[in-house]
Amino acid sequence: MSVKDSLLALLSDGPAYGAKLRAEFDRHTGGVWPLNVGQVYTTLARLERDGLVVADGGPDPEGRIAYRLTPAGHAHVAQWWASPVDRTEPARDELVLKLALAVADPSVDTRAVIQSQRSAGMAHLQRLTRMKVGLNGSLQDAVVLEHQLYAVEAELRWLDHVESFLRRSPAGSRPPAEQTPKLTTDLSTDRGPTDE
Amino acid sequence: MNEPILTMVDVTRVHGTGEVVVRALNGVSLEIHPGELVAVMGPSGSGKSTLLNLAGALDLPTSGTVSIDGQVTTALRPNELSALRRRRVGVVFQDLNLIPSLTAAENIGLPLELDGRRVSESRRAALGALRDLNLDELADRFPDQMSGGQQQRVAIARALVGDRRLVLADEPTGALDSVTGDGVLAVLRARCDAGAAGMLVTHESRHAGWADRVIYLHDGRIVDETTAR
Repeated sequence: MSVKDSLLALLSDGPAYGAKLRAEFDRHTGGVWPLNVGQVYTTLARLERDGLVVADGGPDPEGRIAYRLTPAGHAHVAQWWASPVDRTEPARDELVLKLALAVADPSVDTRAVIQSQRSAGMAHLQRLTRMKVGLNGSLQDAVVLEHQLYAVEAELRWLDHVESFLRRSPAGSRPPAEQTPKLTTDLSTDRGPTDE
Repeated sequence: MNEPILTMVDVTRVHGTGEVVVRALNGVSLEIHPGELVAVMGPSGSGKSTLLNLAGALDLPTSGTVSIDGQVTTALRPNELSALRRRRVGVVFQDLNLIPSLTAAENIGLPLELDGRRVSESRRAALGALRDLNLDELADRFPDQMSGGQQQRVAIARALVGDRRLVLADEPTGALDSVTGDGVLAVLRARCDAGAAGMLVTHESRHAGWADRVIYLHDGRIVDETTAR
C-alpha cells in the first residue's frame, strides 16, 4: 500500500500538517492500517525533496508546518487515479508456502492443515461480519471492510479447491500433477462432480 | 443457557437397502438454542440437505432422535408431525415457493389459515411479520410486483410468522446480488437475535460469516466447528 500516493491524494483537498494527515488517513481507512506520525513526516520530507509538496507558509503558533501540493504534485495525483494498481507481482505468502510444502510431504496431514486454516479464516470472517453489522452506513469503512471480507472468502475458496484436488488424488497428499491417473473404465464411469 | 429449540442426538439417516445403502448422515449430534444461528457447510454429498430435512421434520432419522421444541419427531403420528412443521418450523428455500395469485400478506398468512386460524387473525399476524422486517409497503403486492430481494424477504417473513421459532434456510440468497443477499442474511440474523433458532445451509463462507457457529460436514459426519469469538 502506498503511503506516499495516499498522502498526496489527501493533500489535494487542501494544505494540511502531518498529524492532521495521519488522522485523515486513519479515518478514511477505518483504522485498518494505522500510521505513526514519524512515518508521515518522513514521507512528507521525501515528497518535498521530489518537488511534489512544499511548505504552505511558516510554522503555526504550535510549530506545525502545513504542506500543500505543487503543480507536479497535482499531476502526480491525477496520474495515480488514472492508473491501475499493479497486482501482478505475487506477494510471498506464508500460507501458500506452507500448503505447497505440505502437499509435497507425505508425513504431513494436509487436510488437517487445511481444516485448521479454514476454521481460523471462518472465525475471522465472523468477526468482520459483526463489524460490518456495526457500521453506520459509512461508505469508506464499508469499502475497506468488504475488501477484507472478500479476501478471506477468496482464501477459503482456494482452500476448498486444494482440498478437492487432494480428494481426487490417489495418494491423498500428493500434488495431482505427479499422479496423473491413467483413465481406466473404472474411473471414467459416471460420477458426480465430487466423489463422495 | 435456555433450552435448545432443536436437539439432534446421534442421528443417522440411511437411504436405500441391500447393497446400495447410502449413509447420508452418520451419528450427528447438534443443539441450536434460541438466539443462535448455525451455519452448515460441506462439499456436495456431505449430508447438508439430509441434515436440514431431518431438522425440519421433513424426513425422519433411521436411528437417533430429533427434537423440535421438546417434541421427538419419530414419536409423533403423521398428523401431529405436520402440525409440528406448520406451527414450529419455518423453511426458506432457494426456490421461494411464493404463490403467484396471492399477495405478500396472503402468502405469509397462508400457513396460519391452513392451521385453522381465522382469516382476519392470519392477516394481522402477517402484517406484524412484515412490519418486523420493515416491509409494510409490500403487504398488498403480488410476487410479480416485487423484486427478487423483496420476494426473498417476504419468504423469510412467511417462514417466521406465528409461533415458529426454528427457521431453516437452504442457500437463501439464491441468485441475488451481493448487497441484496446481505440484506436477506441481515434479516435472518435479526430474527435469531430476537429469539429464533436458525440453521443456514450454504456453500458460501461469506454467508456462513453471519452465523454464531459454523459446523463442517464430511461424509455424513460433523468433522469440525468454528465458534465466533
